[in-house]
Amino acid sequence: MTMATDTLDPAAGIGPPPGRHAPGAAAGRWSLLEREAPLGYLLVLPMAVVVLGLVGYPLVLTVWFSLTDKSLGSDAVSFVGLANYLGLIDDPVFGRTMWNTFNYTVTAVVAKLVLGLVMALALNEVRRFRRFFRAAFLLPWVVPSSLSVLAWMWMFQADFSVLTYLGRQVGLVDGNIPWLGEAGWAMAAVQTVNIWRGAPFFGIIILAGLATVPKDLVEAAVVDGASAWQRLRYIILPHLAPILVVVTLFSFVQTLGDFQIVWILTNGGPVNSTHLISTLAFRTGIRGADIATGSAISFFVFPALAAIIALQLAVMRRKAK
Amino acid sequence: MTALSGRTARPLPAPSPRTARLVRRLRITRGLLITVTMTLFSLFTLFPFAWMALTSLRTGSDLYRVADQPFAVSGLTLEHFRALLTETKFLTWSLNSLIVALCASAIALLIGVPAAYSLGRLRYRGGAIVGVIVFSTYLLPPALLFIPMNVVINRLHLANTLGALILVYLTFLVPFIAWMLSSYFQSLPVELAEAARIDGASRLRAMVVIDLPLVLPGVVSVFFFAFTLCWQEYLYALTFVRSADKQPVAVGLVNALQVGDVFAWGQLMGGALLGALPVVIVFSFLMDYYLSGLTAGAVKG
Repeated sequence: MTMATDTLDPAAGIGPPPGRHAPGAAAGRWSLLEREAPLGYLLVLPMAVVVLGLVGYPLVLTVWFSLTDKSLGSDAVSFVGLANYLGLIDDPVFGRTMWNTFNYTVTAVVAKLVLGLVMALALNEVRRFRRFFRAAFLLPWVVPSSLSVLAWMWMFQADFSVLTYLGRQVGLVDGNIPWLGEAGWAMAAVQTVNIWRGAPFFGIIILAGLATVPKDLVEAAVVDGASAWQRLRYIILPHLAPILVVVTLFSFVQTLGDFQIVWILTNGGPVNSTHLISTLAFRTGIRGADIATGSAISFFVFPALAAIIALQLAVMRRKAK
Repeated sequence: MTALSGRTARPLPAPSPRTARLVRRLRITRGLLITVTMTLFSLFTLFPFAWMALTSLRTGSDLYRVADQPFAVSGLTLEHFRALLTETKFLTWSLNSLIVALCASAIALLIGVPAAYSLGRLRYRGGAIVGVIVFSTYLLPPALLFIPMNVVINRLHLANTLGALILVYLTFLVPFIAWMLSSYFQSLPVELAEAARIDGASRLRAMVVIDLPLVLPGVVSVFFFAFTLCWQEYLYALTFVRSADKQPVAVGLVNALQVGDVFAWGQLMGGALLGALPVVIVFSFLMDYYLSGLTAGAVKG
């Protein structure tokens, strides 16, 4: 921070104003900064320090810790090779967690994509109250999920669930639903909250994409007698494809790293049935003080994450061309 | 809809009464379908908030009649809000959130804005790679880094301080700001700054005096989005800050209002509503700007 202000201040007008007729008057000490490259590097430097020190270094530490027996509060660390990883592969809880993470991420992303698409297509037809609906749909996305998840927690209380009550009124439900008390229900519950929060994001982005579909193309199709489904299938979806890819990949990254919904609602339970990689890593590495195993667990998201980010970059580069 | 396709020179024949009826009926079903879809989505997105509000305003005895009569309200009360504000540390948590969000966002701007200028306006070797790294860093979730970060924070003797959060939030705020603003800088006309340089201004001076004021609206908006990102963060705050006096709203509220397995639901819902308020206010003012930034990112890439 100090670095940025130090280099900015002289230019902020504190130094002597440069002579009007001598373009090189600002030279001397600062002449190097008149060239693009040195100035470019200098301005990026503070950010580079943050990224290297606070992201790069911890990332290297994760890998290192995962190969040792490091635990919280002990500095005596010895190298154990892949023992932590091998131990995890044999651990049924970890196996369950990997499956949960896959299930949670894929189910939620697909559901968000489909719901978001429907939301956008419907909203695109609305003329009145459009801003109201947009704001209403965006609210779950805007409100911090650690707070809104509390409302869901209350709605999921086994004995006082308004959702169970509503289900009973409609005739779908008989008795009480163990929303968070039974493995299958609990996974569905945390996925529902994730979908609730993320679908509007898809909807709003896709809505903006719909605005770029050429109107005359759609109208020509109408004149040619194309059905609504055909218009969607052959005109609108192909046109939206790049946006759908970008927003889906973005959501994959976000969902893969999700933590608070599961941690607050179920704490990974019942009986580890909803643990995600992030929540298991937290329980092991922070609550359990086993930094080595915790690091190994959290590092398991890295390959998938790296692959998705690489894909995203490739897509963006192709679009930029 | 059926208007000008540009293909027929003659005007389209007037629809027969039967087609007209059919079209009208189709239009009505379509309108109905859209209305139903909109209603269902609104219920889905808004019901949890309505339920929150209702819960926070009703009397304690009403709360536990939810099982058979969830919507019966025998009286509204502000008791939960009073208890929340006077008997819990809610105000302390809010203040903590405010301090962290303001400091972290301000520091992140000081680092991120020059970087954004560099990425958006200056050409040099490795610039593209820096851009890629910034984007990737922005996408890395806290879930990947919180364990080693905890060790780093302990080594820096920042455990259990707001400073830890301010420092660590820079990891996602700075790339976010650099990424958002670099395209903003890129979209500015270069002629103004060039004219200033011909008049003798240094590159730095041209940047501060000419370009910075032009991106000021963007800078202000990005500051507020950074603010909301801090306000929403949960995992780092849960990891680094253990004592209730130092926790931000998101963490403090959940931890403190659970006594054993019993939750003070009225207070909890009231706290969640109040705690979400700052973020909702920011978005209500900046929604259009936020959306255009988001979609520009998605559409352009």
